[in-house]
Amino acid sequence: MTDRKPIATGSDWNFEILHEFEDEIARLADEYRLDTYPNQIEIITTEQMMDAYASVGMPVGYHHWSFGKQFLAVEQAYRRGQMGLAYELVINSDPCIAYLMEENTLMMQVLVMAHACYGHNSFFKGNYLFRTWTDASSIVDYLLFARRYIAECEERHGVTAVEQLLDACHALQNYGVDRYKRPSPISAEEEARRQKEREAYLQAQVNTLWRTIPERVPSDGERETIAGEGEDPLGLHAGGRYPPEPQENLLYFIEKNAPLLAPWQREVVRIVRKLAQYFYPQRQTQVMNEGWATFWHYTLMNRLFDEGMVDEGLMLEFLQSHTSVVQQPPFDSPHYSGINPYALGFAMFTDIRRICEAPTEEDREWFPDTAGSDWVETLHFAMRNFKDESFIQQFLSPKVIRDLKLFMVIDDDQDEMLEVAAIHDEHGYRRIREALAIQYALSVREPNIQIYSADIRGDRSLTLRHVQDSRRPLARSVYPVMRHLHQLWGFPVKLESMEGEEIVRRYHWPLPEEDKAVE
Amino acid sequence: MTYFIDRRANAKRKSAVNRQRFLDRYRTHIKRSVEEAVNRRSITDMERGEKVSIPTRDISEPVFQHGPGGKRSIIAPGNKEFVEGDRLRRPGGGGGGGGAGEGGASNQGEGMDEFAFTLSREEFLDFVFDGLELPHLERKSLVDLDEVRPVRAGFTREGVPARINIVRSMREAHARRIAMRGPIRRALREAQEALEVEERKDPVLRNPARIEELRAEIERLEKRLEAVPFIDTYDLRYNNLINQPQPSSKAVMFCVMDVSGSMTQAHKDIAKRFFLLLYLFLERNYEKVELVFVRHHTAAKEVDEEEFFYSRETGGTIVSSALTLVDEIIEARYPPTQWNLYVAQASDGDNWDDDSLTCRDLLAKSLMPRLQYFTYVEITPHAHQALWEEYERVEAEYPERFAMRQIVEAGDIYPVFRELFRRRSTQ
Repeated sequence: MTDRKPIATGSDWNFEILHEFEDEIARLADEYRLDTYPNQIEIITTEQMMDAYASVGMPVGYHHWSFGKQFLAVEQAYRRGQMGLAYELVINSDPCIAYLMEENTLMMQVLVMAHACYGHNSFFKGNYLFRTWTDASSIVDYLLFARRYIAECEERHGVTAVEQLLDACHALQNYGVDRYKRPSPISAEEEARRQKEREAYLQAQVNTLWRTIPERVPSDGERETIAGEGEDPLGLHAGGRYPPEPQENLLYFIEKNAPLLAPWQREVVRIVRKLAQYFYPQRQTQVMNEGWATFWHYTLMNRLFDEGMVDEGLMLEFLQSHTSVVQQPPFDSPHYSGINPYALGFAMFTDIRRICEAPTEEDREWFPDTAGSDWVETLHFAMRNFKDESFIQQFLSPKVIRDLKLFMVIDDDQDEMLEVAAIHDEHGYRRIREALAIQYALSVREPNIQIYSADIRGDRSLTLRHVQDSRRPLARSVYPVMRHLHQLWGFPVKLESMEGEEIVRRYHWPLPEEDKAVE
Repeated sequence: MTYFIDRRANAKRKSAVNRQRFLDRYRTHIKRSVEEAVNRRSITDMERGEKVSIPTRDISEPVFQHGPGGKRSIIAPGNKEFVEGDRLRRPGGGGGGGGAGEGGASNQGEGMDEFAFTLSREEFLDFVFDGLELPHLERKSLVDLDEVRPVRAGFTREGVPARINIVRSMREAHARRIAMRGPIRRALREAQEALEVEERKDPVLRNPARIEELRAEIERLEKRLEAVPFIDTYDLRYNNLINQPQPSSKAVMFCVMDVSGSMTQAHKDIAKRFFLLLYLFLERNYEKVELVFVRHHTAAKEVDEEEFFYSRETGGTIVSSALTLVDEIIEARYPPTQWNLYVAQASDGDNWDDDSLTCRDLLAKSLMPRLQYFTYVEITPHAHQALWEEYERVEAEYPERFAMRQIVEAGDIYPVFRELFRRRSTQ
């Protein structure tokens, strides 16, 4: 099969050429058992690409100033020539939408097709997080519903009212996710049909919650007196804490329990929550997702070259582009901005293949199950069943640690020096692997904040608890976020920062000084 | 399955709404930047957009985040000389390690102190002239107008070939053909039927003469049918255009400046900026704005822009010469029924002793009744002289359409301009 007859040469492309390449890539992808959604490849202009970028990967978005801000930032970056990787934008939907920019060279278009339409696409379809949390077939419909609903709200209640509500919801959107409970997939049509019904029902429920004292008789263990012992002889305040269990999904709790929100406001909270849920898997699989796509574009491009469908010129151009994508500047370089997910992911998937095909003694010791197995099968297994955190924990090999020369530094504010805790040596591999995995755990990256109690019998204040991780405090942004939360809840909001069982810091909104000033 | 879709022809500015929302939200910030830019910019430099920066903290979208402090471990690549147990000094800034844990999750713009972006020229000018309006923008009333614009007004039977409305004409022709052919067709059909009846009869009973007659009739009718013309002059319809009187959308702006020895280049620069602002402002309100430059010392002269701003003269000052010239130019070229007339005058306040009175006369009697607006800026740090005092009396007479302000330095231009054209409460 090495009669070198490239499909096309040079950098110009047209639709027939793209079709031919697409067919070939599809054939090769099939050989590697890449299972994908149908592809919808859209050719767009630079300006449209900036639009797409600005709407953070939603093909139809509702209107909000923050997307405008995003657009201006993208535009500015593009003008200054900073925008790299503008060629890659793909949407987790069925069919899977990928964008090709019209000014891309032929090489770039082929690269994007391999990367997005077969790499990312198969990841979206295969990875367990995406399968569990997102419904690719209905997302575009749901986005349409959201856009229409929010536009309607703007007409009915004014742009400012909706904007402020969205501001508040956006501040909490990372806390609008069920981490453990699998959501039932939503169908967009049903969503629209049920929406009216839900409005009425929800409001009734909230009313019930706030109107009556819960009739449940608390068990002794649960009995917690909110007022002092002697002051409540009739036990009116002895209903136990509400909610009985701490709630991690702040937006869900707000949607269902905030006393004063109007029905349409609850629906908007729900929309933001649903979209946060949709993006939740993407935030947890950056390294895997990019690594997977990069690994496959690299493999597929090499196959195209081996079969003579692309010429040396195109291949050199590709290698140059690929190299810059997977480049990892060292920590002391001015270009360093954290670990490059493309570089780490690509290195790991490439290394898994190596461990399967040509294992060393070390690999046999570290990965007894993986070493020598069928690499395509193993790669698919890794792609399907892990997220960044567990993927690194499971598959980061000593060789990758050595290649990237990873090291671990402990930064402790009680120590005036930083300490190098581990480097790429026999003693350090496991600790580095552990620490890197934790670094990618969302639960560590974001402060752990849950709703602790809502004082439904008293002043209706809402109390949140922040469980500190290794004494790390909250950033100052806590105050504006509390203000947004207060807007949604409608009554005072408290936040307690816990270190172990001890409350080390309390935050209030409205600020106590202001309270005094008002009274 | 793969589909290719060419979306290049689709709507482009999908983000326009969001962009506008952003600009509206940070109106006050942007306005401040724009004001600074206007005062800083070189004179001819209003034709482009402007880079605007807003402090990042003012536009941040807050989320719960870890603050600095506590204990954390950071994994970083590219170890060169460290070994386990090494102790390092903290890099300056306390951030430590550059947030290795973020993994590229941060958005653009974060980490910078300023959020910078570029306003387009239109957006920039929107902000420059935000909240301003031209006094007496009500266009010339329709009665004293002789400017007209052709407007479509249905269809006529007469007209020039260039205005033939083909669809209408063909429809007329079609209707006429149906109307004219109908009776012929009917007669033809009857004749054919009669002929058939005749021919079906037993040969003995046939009337050859009758058959002959019917055949001739059919032939005659067929000829008539063919003779109906496909299109006739009678069918033709023409687009009708009538002239409608139009409020004038043309303006002319007279820039009048004193170029006597006492006016330095700095004075002229200030005047030029003021004229330029006024020009841009007029340009936004009228379809067409013409500029007339009149400079004067003891005598006035109409000049081009270059000469207006950059040539220097010496000698005394007679302001009325310029006003007279403006009056003559209006008389000769800009009939007030068709043009909205604006005059902007800049001077350092010097004038020949007796001339100020003449100026007032000229303004009050001859010019003001015809002008939309007259602005006078006096560029001087000194006390006012006779001209200012006389103008004050004109202002008293025409408070709506005459405005005068003093400018001391370049920084005053924009505030003075804003004050002159501030949107008045509607009363």
